[in-house]
Amino acid sequence: MNPRSAPSRFAYQARRHIAERLIQALLFVSAFSAVAVTIAIVVILIYESLGFFAHVSLWDFLTDTEWTPLFSIKRYGILPLVAGTLVTTAVGLLVAVPLGTITAIYLSEFAPHRVRETIKPMLEMLGGVPTVVYGYFALLLVTPLLQKIYPDLPGFNMLSAGIVIGIMIIPYVSSLSEDAMRAVPMQIREGSYAMGATRFQTAVFVVTPAAVSGIVAAYILGISRAVGETMIVAIAAGQQPNLTWNPAEPAATITAYIVQVALGDLPHGSLEYQSIFAAGLVLMLMTLFFNIIGHVMRRRYREVY
Amino acid sequence: MATEANHVREIRALIAAHKRWDHLFAIVGLLAMLVGVVTLLALILDMFLDGYHRLTPEFFTSFPSRRAAQAGILSAWVGSSLVMLVTMLAAVPLGIAAGIYLEEYARRNWLTDLIEINVTNLAGVPSIVYGLLALGLFVYALDFGQSILSAGLTLALLILPVVIVATREAIRAIPGAIREGAYALGATKWQTVRDHVLPYSTGGILTGVIIGLARAIGETAPIITIGALTFIAFLPPSPVKSEFPFVSLDWLFAPFTVMPIQMFNWISRPQSAFHENAAAAGLVLIVMTLAMNAIAIIIRYRYRKRIKW
Repeated sequence: MNPRSAPSRFAYQARRHIAERLIQALLFVSAFSAVAVTIAIVVILIYESLGFFAHVSLWDFLTDTEWTPLFSIKRYGILPLVAGTLVTTAVGLLVAVPLGTITAIYLSEFAPHRVRETIKPMLEMLGGVPTVVYGYFALLLVTPLLQKIYPDLPGFNMLSAGIVIGIMIIPYVSSLSEDAMRAVPMQIREGSYAMGATRFQTAVFVVTPAAVSGIVAAYILGISRAVGETMIVAIAAGQQPNLTWNPAEPAATITAYIVQVALGDLPHGSLEYQSIFAAGLVLMLMTLFFNIIGHVMRRRYREVY
Repeated sequence: MATEANHVREIRALIAAHKRWDHLFAIVGLLAMLVGVVTLLALILDMFLDGYHRLTPEFFTSFPSRRAAQAGILSAWVGSSLVMLVTMLAAVPLGIAAGIYLEEYARRNWLTDLIEINVTNLAGVPSIVYGLLALGLFVYALDFGQSILSAGLTLALLILPVVIVATREAIRAIPGAIREGAYALGATKWQTVRDHVLPYSTGGILTGVIIGLARAIGETAPIITIGALTFIAFLPPSPVKSEFPFVSLDWLFAPFTVMPIQMFNWISRPQSAFHENAAAAGLVLIVMTLAMNAIAIIIRYRYRKRIKW
């Protein structure tokens, strides 16, 4: 053996080792970026909101019933925006939950293989349509259609925005619910059939209850999508903050307010500028709340079998 | 005897009633499923009928205008392409690297758990919150301004979870024997990943990247938040120059608009002539996103068929 080869081999090994370590560190930094992004979101929302709450008392923010930061008499009550958000979300869920659940039951328990393979990707495409396109659809097709049934409906209203949000979130609800139902073991269905149950009885009284926590997790994902949806409500619901629970009225949501302010050229550091971060913080807390519930649900459902 | 026959009849009636429920539900289920599909088709058809006559070559080569009939989407599609380029360059390496780390390198400890929880949660953060993050971080703190760079990075953060999750799933599908084969020949961990794991998972990763980009191209809210303009009658400086060093990065800091914002701007106007433009722009947008989604589905299907471990 050549005497020079041993040290050079060690050097080669050492270089290789260092390179390996370097790459591992680089990969770790990339993975950690997810944590960094979360921290950045929290820091920026809280930092700008603190500036906002230095001028507006938290009590007024949470209890005042008017939101008029862009008028000469400024009132900063978040309630109208929260009400608008909740109403559009509720309408959306009234559409998406029944349709999504029935679709999931049908796809998982009734549909022939062929139908499932063709329809499921088509449904998933519903979730891929740009939301600004949905906004167009809500304002220029759904609202005029609704006005034929209900002539007093204003051109901007939460009803059509909510219905279209519901259609948009159908695939989120149906896909996840179907996964949960397909995860129910075959023996449970066979047991039900052995007792003489029909397909319908098995699907509704056996499989659905067994998958219930997964299905609820799907609903919660739907809620959190609906709460954060922006363009549909900014286009079709009107942008006037309005403390009302009537879906036939125009109103603004938290997200629509942020868009409205961002469209105007606002000076960095002004109270209006800070107000969108305070609104964003409320939005973030609402979705975080739902995401945590969803997480708990999914974890519980994993332990069933 | 008579009562026995009655029983049989009752049972038969019961079975028939139950079967009717089965058929009824099959019909209801089919209808519920069709609501979504029919809406999708109605949406596309409605926009097509409103906007197809605006889809002339001039529509793609004209700037927006005060006169609806002369307005076009030139600055919008150029802006969208450049923003997508930045998004891809930022999100793809970062997302794939994060996916590789989590799947191949990470030990199970609290730090890994923390990263995983964050990836899951980021997927559920509303897109407009990313816009607020970008406004505070990219536009003001890092002083990138209301530029293509800020927009591209914002969308990159937005689709990062999609790329990470797709990469992990693609990598997880590769059997351990492939890795063991590489190790047996003396390959290091990184060599194994680079030469064996990554090439085999390209299909899955590509699917995730395309789906992520399809989502990014249609995103409006975060771009509005960072302050993209709605009326741009010029193009960003060209990335290619005639003199040395031939490439210019000035376009990164140029003001811009993108397709969804141009469409939003046209919808927000009261005149129906502008609504026709919005429909035409929406048609272009929806064809692009649906085509990308379809390509992703085809790739997934192909790879699943071809590779047999």
